[in-house]
Amino acid sequence: MRYLPLTDQDRREMLAVIGARSVDELFCDVPRSARLAAKIADLPDHQGELEVERAFQAFAAKNVSPASAPFFIGAGAYRHHVPSTVDYMIQRGEFLTSYTPYQPEITQGTLQYLFEFQTQVTLLTGMEVANASMYDGSTGAAEAVLMANRVTRRHKALISGGLHPQYRRVIETTGRWEGFSAVVGKPDVEGLEDLIAGIDKETSCVVVQNPSFFGHVRDFAELARACHAAGALLIVVVTEVVSLGLIKPPGEMGADIVVCEGQSIGNGLGFGGPYVGLFATREKYMRQMPGRLVGETVDADGKRGFVLTLSTREQHIRREKATSNICTNAGLCALAFTVHLTLLGEAGFRRLAELNHAKACELADRVSAVPGVQLVNESFFNEFTVRLPGPAAPVVEALAAKRILGGLPVSRLVPDDPSVANLLLLAATETATEHGMAPLVTALKEVL
Amino acid sequence: MVQSLDRSQGRAGGAAGRPTGAVTTFTGNRALQIEEPLIFELGQPGRCGVDLPEPAKVKDRLNGLRRTGEIGLPGLSEPQVVQHYTRLSQKNYAIDMGVYPLGSCTMKHNPRINEKVARLAGIGDLHPLQPLSTVQGALELIDSLAHWLKTLTGMPAVAMSPAAGAHGEMCGMMAIAAALEAKGERARRRIVLAPESAHGTNPATAAALGFTVKPIPANERGRVDLGALKAALGPEVAAIMLTNPNTCGLFESEIVEISEAVHEAGAYFYCDGANFNAIVGRVRPGDLGVDCMHINLHKTFSTPHGGGGPGAGPVVLSAALAPYAPYPWIVKQADRWAVAEDGARVDGKPLGRLKAFHGQMGMFTRALAYIMSHGADGLKQAAEDAVLSANYVMASLKDVMTPAFEGPCMHEALFDDGFLKDTGVSTLDFAKAMIDEGYHPMTMYFPLVVHGAMLIEPTESQAKEDLDLFIAAMRSLAERAKSGTAAQDFKAAPHFAPRRRLDETLAARKPILRWRPSNNPPEGDPLRQAAE
Repeated sequence: MRYLPLTDQDRREMLAVIGARSVDELFCDVPRSARLAAKIADLPDHQGELEVERAFQAFAAKNVSPASAPFFIGAGAYRHHVPSTVDYMIQRGEFLTSYTPYQPEITQGTLQYLFEFQTQVTLLTGMEVANASMYDGSTGAAEAVLMANRVTRRHKALISGGLHPQYRRVIETTGRWEGFSAVVGKPDVEGLEDLIAGIDKETSCVVVQNPSFFGHVRDFAELARACHAAGALLIVVVTEVVSLGLIKPPGEMGADIVVCEGQSIGNGLGFGGPYVGLFATREKYMRQMPGRLVGETVDADGKRGFVLTLSTREQHIRREKATSNICTNAGLCALAFTVHLTLLGEAGFRRLAELNHAKACELADRVSAVPGVQLVNESFFNEFTVRLPGPAAPVVEALAAKRILGGLPVSRLVPDDPSVANLLLLAATETATEHGMAPLVTALKEVL
Repeated sequence: MVQSLDRSQGRAGGAAGRPTGAVTTFTGNRALQIEEPLIFELGQPGRCGVDLPEPAKVKDRLNGLRRTGEIGLPGLSEPQVVQHYTRLSQKNYAIDMGVYPLGSCTMKHNPRINEKVARLAGIGDLHPLQPLSTVQGALELIDSLAHWLKTLTGMPAVAMSPAAGAHGEMCGMMAIAAALEAKGERARRRIVLAPESAHGTNPATAAALGFTVKPIPANERGRVDLGALKAALGPEVAAIMLTNPNTCGLFESEIVEISEAVHEAGAYFYCDGANFNAIVGRVRPGDLGVDCMHINLHKTFSTPHGGGGPGAGPVVLSAALAPYAPYPWIVKQADRWAVAEDGARVDGKPLGRLKAFHGQMGMFTRALAYIMSHGADGLKQAAEDAVLSANYVMASLKDVMTPAFEGPCMHEALFDDGFLKDTGVSTLDFAKAMIDEGYHPMTMYFPLVVHGAMLIEPTESQAKEDLDLFIAAMRSLAERAKSGTAAQDFKAAPHFAPRRRLDETLAARKPILRWRPSNNPPEGDPLRQAAE
């Protein structure tokens, strides 16, 4: 077995030093009834690298890669070009194979990039402080509600119908077992008036998404004022972080906590994970933040260095009183995010956002010119909703049969609401081309 | 916003503030040890590390919400970015560099074939919401890993979606809460028992779900005190959260009695699977009566730790808890794979959804490649070698350090600070001195039940020659500490790391969590002279 360095000779010598006759003796504390006598049936033995690679190529061959087909799916996961430098950097063994930086003297690399990451997140979101990443946007959103409950000592979250349906379900699941209630709006364009009217003395927070799940771009300044007047917090979720290159940041709209899915920057689609959650808030709530935080300090020579800090909030110190149970976060995905955003810089990030919006405008114009297709959005960033003359799910299947990955039928994520059956979500990033849009339009005309 | 750094002024005084008379350099660098500014101090407006085409001119549809003003991101060229992050990488210790004996963290070899297959076209670039007909191979891949996990643990079901071990704990404890709710016992059973040596995540998880955590003491053999456990069990107890092998590096020899007592009391047995790597192929948790257990794929199946993540924490479930598994899960219908997503009609009572999409696919791919490379035979051998290596380290150090408990250990060797008594050297000092020897320190001050704990986990990945050198270095440190003459050297360690002892108290008292133009490097920092 190529990963195991010990030879039989080594093993004999080591057993002799230990004073054991066999390795079985080292397992003497395992009760006899619990010891497996025979090999576990039904599992194959070890394979060479060639065989393993072949097996995975066989898995891959049964999928349709977005790179090989016209592709227009978004809904919380976006296909962007990731510069080669990003993947090279995260594969450096010093980053890839290191652990959580508990020993700061020999993990300054990880600590410094996380400090840079935290700073970048505050700049993008327009907030004051950020943590060193969450698992992803959806779990980050649930953590944000828990944090709002701690801050306000209230237990009711008001959730916009414009929030990604799976994010909403993650919050609802968390609430069911962690003792808060979630009041959920209809899965449609939220009337901000309805949300404002729904705020009461029990409300800990209002959760909105920008652009919304359906793509609409909204100003939440008035909602923020209403939240603050009632002592509630405004949580803004951003599932497409590239939008922050073009759209007014949530911090400027009065958000108290901002949660983003950071996948779009540096991280591939990966069939849904691992992704990286960005989490930012105001300085006064710093000690209520979940997860890891990196802080600046000095060493014994007075030189600048970085450490994990404020760990007295964390599970390994406070145990049952911790702000969250999070231990592992998404460090390497945060590195991918930071490297990609550093490559882009101010000019590149803005241009990337402009490109996305321009492509989406073009796609919206072309698709809505197809007879029977009606554009729902007046505003959008790189994703929008169209209403089809009939159910969207079979249309998407028919497109897939032509090897076109033509958007997401909303009914897949909202199966229980007939009012969304005809809605189709379409996204266009900088990766969309004329060669992809033209076949989509042609195929739509054929299948509708 | 972006600050310029005038390199022409140099960074004189690399060893400033250090009255040793050591040689200083103009740049503040020490040969390959380079002082590296933050990206915000390196960038220049107008520089860019990517070439993107000119966007088409469109009338924007942003509802009048166009961002105004500067974001404040620095501009760097591609070579600058490569150099910056390469230099940062060189300030990190990593398993690729040598022995990384972090007990309970399990730093084992990360094969690169795993990285390669995770990036294959058709695996790494799939969208989670593509039509199911276009992702049949991906679903089959997840199901293959699920099959291995169920078979190796002897459990009938697995929930794949949790994003990390602690997230898996949340999943498992939610399944227990859901099962109790279904039986009408949720209001009555409010107590979760956790041994004193439990991982901090265990009490944090139980408390988050509204349970009251009650500690169970350890006996003098480092195991759960069975008498105390039995006394604590009653109709208010929901579950026990137990790690096995436990955090003292020992197998709970009375595990069958513990399991039976827990079940007799009507409670569930949650097993923290952080240490599953010690027993793979030799013991199935299902045979021990476990009701649910998370598996840290990054520990047992070697997905890289990546400086703190990402992880993946699938949870295996007993028949009693399987109906409460969260959405989504993968099902085979005739000859095609499908996904039971939210709202799917099923027999069970799913506890809800824990995460968007299907779980940590990238980690599933790596774990499955690792598992297939080992096979059933290699996984068993790996567990045995891990246990052998830990016992070898224990046996080789027991005369100069103080083993916390008698008898063989599993995959990690636990010492206490008895051998440092009256030397003026603490466990922390000892750990920092290991850095100067070129090793990442072991896990220290954990588990809490042992004074000044030092938990060493060599894993199965190290050759005997490397273990022998590590042992010799540890013996040398122990003897120097006990000589009574080197306490000051230990206190000042590390001497040779990129940074000397960092002031963690200052960081917590005056938190600086982000760069601002105003927070210049501190006095004594070579970058400060350069910036001035």
